[in-house]
Amino acid sequence: MFDERIERSAAQIAADVNAGRTSACEVAEATLAQVEAVEPRVGAYLTVLQAEARAHAARVDERVRAGERLPLAGVPLAVKDNMCLDGTRTTCGSKILEGWIAPYTATAVARMLQAGAVPIGKANCDEFAMGSSCENSALGVTRNPYDLTRVPGGSSGGSAAAVAAYEAAIGLGSDTGGSIREPGAFCNLVGFKPTYGRVSRYGLIAFASSLDQIGPLTRTVEDAALAYDAMSGHDPMDATSVDRPVESAAGSLRADLRGLRVGIVREFQTGALGAQADAIYRDAYRDLERLGAELVEVSLPTAGYGLATYYLIAPAECSSNLSRFDGVRYGLRVEGKDVREMYDRTRAAGFGPEVKRRILIGAHALSSGYYDAYYVRAQKARTLIARDFATAFASCDLIACPAASCPAFEFAAKSDPYSMYLMDFYTIPMSLAGLPALSVPCGWTTPEGGRRPMPIGLQLCAPLFAERLLLGAAHAYEQATHHAQAHPPALDEVPA
Amino acid sequence: MIGAYEAVIGIECHVELTTATKMFCGCPNSFGGEPNTNVCPVCLGMPGALPVPNARALEAIVTTGLALGAEIPSFSKFDRKNYFYPDMPKDYQISQYDAPLTQGGSVPYRLEDGTRKACRLTRIHLEEDTGKSSHAGSGDGRIAGSSYTLLDFNRAGVPLMECVSEPDIRSAAEAVAFLESLRRTLLALGVSDVKMEEGSLRCDANVSVRPAGTAELGTKTEIKNMNSFRSVERAIESEIERQIQILTSGGRVVQETRGWDEVKGVTHSMRSKEQAHDYRYFPDPDLVPLTISREDVERLRAALPELPWQRFERYTQTFGLGEMQAEQLLDNLPLASYYDRVVSIGGNPQRASTFVLGDLSRLANERGVAVSDSKVAPEHVAELAALVEAKTINSKIAKELLARMWDGGGSPKAMVESEGLAQTSDPSAVEHFVDEVLSGNENVVADYKAGKTNVLGFLVGQVMKASRGKADPALVNELVKKKLS
Repeated sequence: MFDERIERSAAQIAADVNAGRTSACEVAEATLAQVEAVEPRVGAYLTVLQAEARAHAARVDERVRAGERLPLAGVPLAVKDNMCLDGTRTTCGSKILEGWIAPYTATAVARMLQAGAVPIGKANCDEFAMGSSCENSALGVTRNPYDLTRVPGGSSGGSAAAVAAYEAAIGLGSDTGGSIREPGAFCNLVGFKPTYGRVSRYGLIAFASSLDQIGPLTRTVEDAALAYDAMSGHDPMDATSVDRPVESAAGSLRADLRGLRVGIVREFQTGALGAQADAIYRDAYRDLERLGAELVEVSLPTAGYGLATYYLIAPAECSSNLSRFDGVRYGLRVEGKDVREMYDRTRAAGFGPEVKRRILIGAHALSSGYYDAYYVRAQKARTLIARDFATAFASCDLIACPAASCPAFEFAAKSDPYSMYLMDFYTIPMSLAGLPALSVPCGWTTPEGGRRPMPIGLQLCAPLFAERLLLGAAHAYEQATHHAQAHPPALDEVPA
Repeated sequence: MIGAYEAVIGIECHVELTTATKMFCGCPNSFGGEPNTNVCPVCLGMPGALPVPNARALEAIVTTGLALGAEIPSFSKFDRKNYFYPDMPKDYQISQYDAPLTQGGSVPYRLEDGTRKACRLTRIHLEEDTGKSSHAGSGDGRIAGSSYTLLDFNRAGVPLMECVSEPDIRSAAEAVAFLESLRRTLLALGVSDVKMEEGSLRCDANVSVRPAGTAELGTKTEIKNMNSFRSVERAIESEIERQIQILTSGGRVVQETRGWDEVKGVTHSMRSKEQAHDYRYFPDPDLVPLTISREDVERLRAALPELPWQRFERYTQTFGLGEMQAEQLLDNLPLASYYDRVVSIGGNPQRASTFVLGDLSRLANERGVAVSDSKVAPEHVAELAALVEAKTINSKIAKELLARMWDGGGSPKAMVESEGLAQTSDPSAVEHFVDEVLSGNENVVADYKAGKTNVLGFLVGQVMKASRGKADPALVNELVKKKLS
């Protein structure tokens, strides 16, 4: 039922456009048609950029006709709505920014466009990237294309759903504690978070500055590598972006895992995932072994403190980062009798419950008398967690573990905030340590009471700056297993 | 009454640095301009914008610290000071909390009676300035009663140095001397234009009093809103007096922030300690910790210019200038460097100071052009000084020549030569003028001989006039006396 042009990977689309077999305009039109067809059911986008998509596509075709060869020529792109694109509405899924038009473009987005990608729309997300299901968006509901009764994951749920539903070939997400990897796992995609500092955060509306990292959601590892190659590298506009050379990841994809030691984390073998998922992960580890890797057990004794550590550091930073949404200069303003009351009313009306919860937790953790007990202690724990990873990587090259605590769940299934926080149990430690990590489809499991099998993801994690190794190994695994090769059946059920 | 009490004063200064660009973005760092024209996403605190520190501003702080003998720790960092205020775009200020760029050091200063003191510094750190609020609708520009507020973010993000002193200052006059010395230092370093009236220097004073001779500190108040050195002096004097009155009448000083009212000449309560903010300082996660290498520190130390107190010593000790003259030069750095050029070319230091601080400065005032911007080349001033020193011309001719040099006359030596202005030191030539005058003033000569020796000056003057000012006055004097005896 799909237009075959949009089912192709980003790599194939770019190759076809560069070779003149199709044009960026054709791909854009086909993608916009798909958006029109599936959006009523999926709801991946908060804003569809028809005019911008057509204009960018035309420019790409011109450049290709002029002889340029663009790594992402004509590749349809979904941009998470916490990244600025000049002249377009950028909301962070929040009422407080509902009508805000970004006056500049984020570096990562600009680099993707420069490489030939065509922006299709701004994708839904949990408000200010706080959440694991996209349900915290104040502006729209996004459904999982593999089962419309289930969430796409979050916070980059819109970008994930868009790519899964062929409404884009690459989705840009941001990952603070798992916000790319978890929706990747939920939507049968590759979700890749590079090393902290590899991709510029300039123009990414901050949730927690020391953790936020932009990365791609794609249908193949090769596409993730292409996106990474286009986006990464030092940006003078971001003081935390790393000034060291980036070697092409697309050129480092490999066919096997010979010579690699893959660490399996002892502390994560708890049986908490259930027998079905445990079996899938055991198979996945065996597949890695079959590809030539040597499995070694490693220990991350402090990783279990990751969640508690994260829920002090991230809220502390967010309490300060979100202060600027005060009704004075942009976004929502609710008038009051004086400026103080205007602040209070604006923020009370503009922020949703999860954002408020985190601002309160964070302000408390930073307040005088509690700072040492909470914030400083959390920073120390963070150092210990990073040290555990460093120790583990002395005896292995990669770490393999689950990407999420369960497959995509039904809407409103995790109404208790803490059960939602637990979704990121396996992804948060890597975020605290700043490590590159990705989720890659590793199997299917039918949730209890579920109508059909849902995808689950294997998480691979590498030492700092070892993106090439990470993507190379993930590619070998993907090519040998083909778990990702499936159409989202939910889209076939209800005709558009 | 003051005799029984001693004041204890510490100063906190905010100084805007004169870097080319703002602290964390590429906007020009310039004063004034149409409101909200000198802004970008970063200094407006737009969503997603990130700060990148200005390396020149960091260097300016380290340089200032080195000039004042401060310690430069190898580790420093930026912290966020969180509080809501409409003219602060991010609702937090990027500042430095517990790891400032410099620690310790001191500002030396000289009191009017010549006493030298130094006030220790606690720290100097770097932060960003806020925008400006203009409260409208209340008539007096105050927030109370205003119906709306206009915001101008042109100043937002300008690099701001905060310099905190120890409570070593003991009087209002000392506070001004401290500020004056700090101002001269910053000017010498070229890190700020230090203009209190434009707000590039702002200062608060912590004031307390205690019985003279005791060691324990009294309760302090913080004085704000002082807009000139004069108002610093008046505000501190007034606050000392207020506190002493409270104590002598058996009351207690309340720890609070007080604003100086320039018109009424008193301080008034602004907010008490109980209303103090919890700023929730924490390291700014958008910025990486600062590592200050020892090589950079030594490079900056080696590049330090001559500092005001060193210059003062050189002028008074090496050049033999008076303290007044030295101070005059310290307060006008372009003039001082002009003067130094004259001297370095070979001009006699004292003669040169007479020309530069006297005649040339007077001309500069009259014409409204700085000496250093005038047509008078330092080489020519040195030449002129040499002509006087060699007695080729006398000081009267020199004065005339300076005026002509100001109007573009060029080399004084050339003028002297082409116009034959050289002093006549040939006794036979001068003798000719003397004879002429004495024979033409027989009555006066008779008076002299009758004992009215005070007419000598008249006769000498006549000889000088006859020589058109060119005769060597000393020689004329000598010859007239000889002829009359």
